[in-house]
Amino acid sequence: MDICKDFHYSTSVEDALQALGQSPGTAKLLAGGTDLLLDLQQGRHPPVETLVDITNIPELNSLEFRQQEIFIGATVPHRVITTSAEVREHTQALAEACGLIGGPQVRNVATLGGNVAHALPAADGTIALMVLNTRVEIATLKNRRLVALADLFKGPGQSSLDPQKELLVGFYIPQKEGKQGSAFKRIMRPQGVAIAILNCAIWLHQEEEVIKDIRISMGPSGPVPKRLLGVENALRGKSPGKAEIDEAYQILLAQTSFRTSRHRATQAYRQEMARVLLQETLQLAWERSDS
Amino acid sequence: MGENNLLSLNINNKQVSVEVTPGQSLADLLRETLGLTGTKIGCNENECGVCTVLIDGEPILSCNYPAVRAQGKSILTIEGLSESTKNGTNPQLHPIQEAFVQYGAVQCGFCSPGQIMMAYALLLRSPDPSSEEIRHHFKDTLCRCGGYPTIVRAVKAAAYAMRTGKPIPPPGITLSNEPLNVIGNVHIRPDSIQKVTGEAKFTDDLKFSGMLHAAVKRSLIPHGFLKQLDVEKAKELEGVVAVLTAKDIPGQSTHGLVIHDWPSMIDIDERVRYVGDAVAIIAAETHEIALKALDLIKAEYELLDPITDPVQARNPDVPHLHENGNLLKHIKVRKGDMDAGFATADVVLEHTYHTVTTDHAFLEPECTIARPTSDDRMEIYVGSQIPYADRDQVALALGWEEKRVRVVGQLVGGGFGGKEDIAGQIHAALLANATNKPVKLLYDRHESLIAHPKRHATQIRVKVGAKNDGTLTVVETELYGDTGAYASLGEKVMTRATTHSSGPYEVPNVCADCYAMYTNNPPAGAFRGFGVTQSAFAVESMMDTLAETLKLNPVDIRRKNAFKVGSVTNTGQTLTDSVGLIECIDQTFAEIQKLSTGNPFKPQPLANAPHILKSWGLAVAYKNTGLGGGAPDKAGAEVELFENGHLEVRTSSAELGQGLVTVLQMIIAEEFRVPIERVNVLLMDTDLTPDGGPTTASRQSYVTGNAARLAAQSLREIICKTLAERFNTPPDQISFIDGLVQIGSQQLQLGEVVQIMKQEGHEPLALYEYWAPETKPLGQGGNMHFAYSFAAQAAEVAVNTHTGEVKILRVIAATDVGKALNPLGLRGQIEGGVMMAIGNALTEEFIMEEGYVFTDRLARYRIPSIAHMPEIIPIIVEDPTAEGPYGAKGIGEIISIPTTPAITNAIYNAVGIRIDKLPIDQEKILLALKQR
Repeated sequence: MDICKDFHYSTSVEDALQALGQSPGTAKLLAGGTDLLLDLQQGRHPPVETLVDITNIPELNSLEFRQQEIFIGATVPHRVITTSAEVREHTQALAEACGLIGGPQVRNVATLGGNVAHALPAADGTIALMVLNTRVEIATLKNRRLVALADLFKGPGQSSLDPQKELLVGFYIPQKEGKQGSAFKRIMRPQGVAIAILNCAIWLHQEEEVIKDIRISMGPSGPVPKRLLGVENALRGKSPGKAEIDEAYQILLAQTSFRTSRHRATQAYRQEMARVLLQETLQLAWERSDS
Repeated sequence: MGENNLLSLNINNKQVSVEVTPGQSLADLLRETLGLTGTKIGCNENECGVCTVLIDGEPILSCNYPAVRAQGKSILTIEGLSESTKNGTNPQLHPIQEAFVQYGAVQCGFCSPGQIMMAYALLLRSPDPSSEEIRHHFKDTLCRCGGYPTIVRAVKAAAYAMRTGKPIPPPGITLSNEPLNVIGNVHIRPDSIQKVTGEAKFTDDLKFSGMLHAAVKRSLIPHGFLKQLDVEKAKELEGVVAVLTAKDIPGQSTHGLVIHDWPSMIDIDERVRYVGDAVAIIAAETHEIALKALDLIKAEYELLDPITDPVQARNPDVPHLHENGNLLKHIKVRKGDMDAGFATADVVLEHTYHTVTTDHAFLEPECTIARPTSDDRMEIYVGSQIPYADRDQVALALGWEEKRVRVVGQLVGGGFGGKEDIAGQIHAALLANATNKPVKLLYDRHESLIAHPKRHATQIRVKVGAKNDGTLTVVETELYGDTGAYASLGEKVMTRATTHSSGPYEVPNVCADCYAMYTNNPPAGAFRGFGVTQSAFAVESMMDTLAETLKLNPVDIRRKNAFKVGSVTNTGQTLTDSVGLIECIDQTFAEIQKLSTGNPFKPQPLANAPHILKSWGLAVAYKNTGLGGGAPDKAGAEVELFENGHLEVRTSSAELGQGLVTVLQMIIAEEFRVPIERVNVLLMDTDLTPDGGPTTASRQSYVTGNAARLAAQSLREIICKTLAERFNTPPDQISFIDGLVQIGSQQLQLGEVVQIMKQEGHEPLALYEYWAPETKPLGQGGNMHFAYSFAAQAAEVAVNTHTGEVKILRVIAATDVGKALNPLGLRGQIEGGVMMAIGNALTEEFIMEEGYVFTDRLARYRIPSIAHMPEIIPIIVEDPTAEGPYGAKGIGEIISIPTTPAITNAIYNAVGIRIDKLPIDQEKILLALKQR
């Protein structure tokens, strides 16, 4: 594997950021590498001088409660997330999404940080995080800051992170309170690349048999991962009966532009699947929020 | 920074310090630096799971795992699994390895190390896993031999043994109805122990001193003329030893299995016919240097519009890709009087079906090592289905006499028809000859997908006429087959598609026309099923449509028309024995009835999800055993007895994972009444083994099986004759019993027999060249084939009417095999054949866009995983054929033929949507449901 001239195995956030800044040529952060290493080998990513491996930084590998939030380090692999009792209890949608990605071997290596930093419009982990009010910690050599997850995405495959100066440290997700629950579902096809034709995550809070609050995301539903705010508004304050879901689906269709992807799915099929996913995921999140 | 790192880690319970280069993968470190070649590489793109090893108890894919990350960690590879339980000098298999061997979960063996490491990882955490847990765990660990059901059983058996400390429970395989001493009983594969310990060597695992690494510059354009080629910069690169072009080929510039129309390299001003055409080849000190040199070669082309489908290729306005035009062959089948056939029909139906190009996706990519020897010969190390054809084609390219080339066949990590043509054999030999050094040419998955021949995409129009009672009066078919850039076995494949296109039915009037056309797509050739997979999909779909039209059920209409002894085929062959089709149909239907309530061919909603509809579908098939069509079909086998009482059988026939090695071992053990462990099988070496012919056409058990059986009988006769003289006993009072020879009341060890033979001046060996019964070319009537296998299959599917998703729940597979020689191997062939067919039906499509390959990675070409595995219920029908060894006929292909139409017929029965183009597209199903 002749993919870089220098492979820097970092031990701390500062060390990684320094290595990133000091490389004589292009340098790139490497998390699990299940996508990036293939992109480099297969020529989809231009060659780099230095790969800065960040999988051995304790801070980035921690998964713990911090005040009222769960902190998931950027390089925590999917297996750890999907099997974590805390994640399963508080953020079921994320546990589900992380459990569907790849097989066990990939889940042992692929990281949530890598999933998000790739900025793809339908990454399973990202779509789940979108509905969990996730904030992202970003480090530079000078400081640390927290931003809303949605602010990280600029376009398909483009994040707002400065690739030479910034590093994604981890995710802060609020704990579950009261009658809240979340769910993740996706539609696959047996042919071709194993990424979802369409996926959907829903978080909701119910109170007295109505939806007090709800957050919905579907991917791909545009160039960047996004929430379906109009659909959320349509459902807020209602109970999820057939008429309500039908109405919400009409709003979804009106406000969302699904696209046709070559050899994968047509717009028409995605529109149909959006109905199925909205209905089934909502149903599941509703049931979970009641328990 | 930039320099190599010294890494300290624990590998298989040994502390190791080793240097790694920047970005080196763990697989590379294990295989190349440490020589632990038990870990294989199948795709190098995180798709197949073959390279799985454990790090601190967790499975990872070593092919893309940076070796640096292993610092301070514990790595467990397949070699460590048996070593960790090694008992003194006798290697003791781990219970998982033992279970894989005993259950027949090892076929070609290339994926076995990965599967076993995954099993180990699972059982570390979960000592008593459920089937669902196993299915979830093995999701992305692929087995192209399709042994998933057996892998599940083996994992459970191993788990039981590990939990309880008891022996592995027996695999519960149904024996032949009439087992002999050895034949028809359960025996393990002789090569399976090495395959589960990681000791088994595939070609890429071999290393020779001073070995160079090759790379091929391919055109990557589908159609054009090569105008300029500049290789000077590549030659100048440090570490490059040779760069060769077409002008450097000393012998014949083209190759091919039947027609030599495939240029080994394209010369200046010659036509490029597909993206995989080679224009230059490189040998360099390392693989990386060879790849760098590729980029320094500058080729310029005059681009032409590609011909992308066979119907277009027949248009008179398009350019001719070959001297004789674009028609490789117009194949015709004629029987009876078509006008009379249509005139007597009460109903006539017509429909056109399409099948797509598919890839074998054997998990071991092609690899050849060519090595010049000191006696001025060339050795070719390769996993090939036809070693003698490789030898002859390499010799032609070198301009040498055939005997100067020796093919030393290696283990084949899956073939399925895809390792019959030349891949890297000629290129490696040319480079080895030019450099006088051993040269390895290993394809990566990308190159494998682009270069080697595929399954033919076809368009098949079927027009049938029948009486109201379902009796067929006429079948007319018209086929177009896309044979791609070069002939390969295209003519033969499409002939088989055509002759089988009216199904295994008595039809008085048949007219079939097939146009096998050259295009600018990758070549198409042999692929398990050999054309019949395609035509069976068409005719079996039509049979269900006909049944529905006539308000008959799918069982009755097939039973009414099915071949039986005495039937005359569409090529004019009278079937004289071994036609077990009706029994296959009856047993399949009986099994369906056991498993269902009400009409099994009507939709049944799931109780807890009424939008999911279940139903059964049925299809039948037949498939010739052997080459047929007038081709001389022979195999040589040699049997030798040694002084230690062991026997060896030798033939060049290939072991691809199908189990020939077991069958031959069993035949010799049967004939000599010796324990099976005393028989060694040597295959695939053109110096040491007689020509067994191609491993294709489901022919090896029959043709080479007969050769081995008759060679054994010859040797027995020579021995009896010698002993009769020496002991003055009539030969008929000499018999072979329990590993001994009984002469009257006296017993001799077999080893003593060897001494006597030698004293009497006889070599204790016999060579037999077996000629299968003569066949007639198409068009001449008579026996086009010497045997046929038959099958009926039923699939139960569940169709989700909200999403169009299709799940295959159960497959009943009844097959008339003549005689179940090797029931354990047969089980593997049945399960694997069904799994491969599920790929054909549901997951696989090799996509080309204007001659460019879209599915150029395994990530884009999905083969069935354990997630697609239905419950597979095998039914063995044994209707023996007189000339077959112990009554057996071929089973390699027949299994995978009826599965696809059984599935699509089941979908129709569930939701009323007729799939007439493969693969099954859930989107089309849903949108069709919405339109109603």
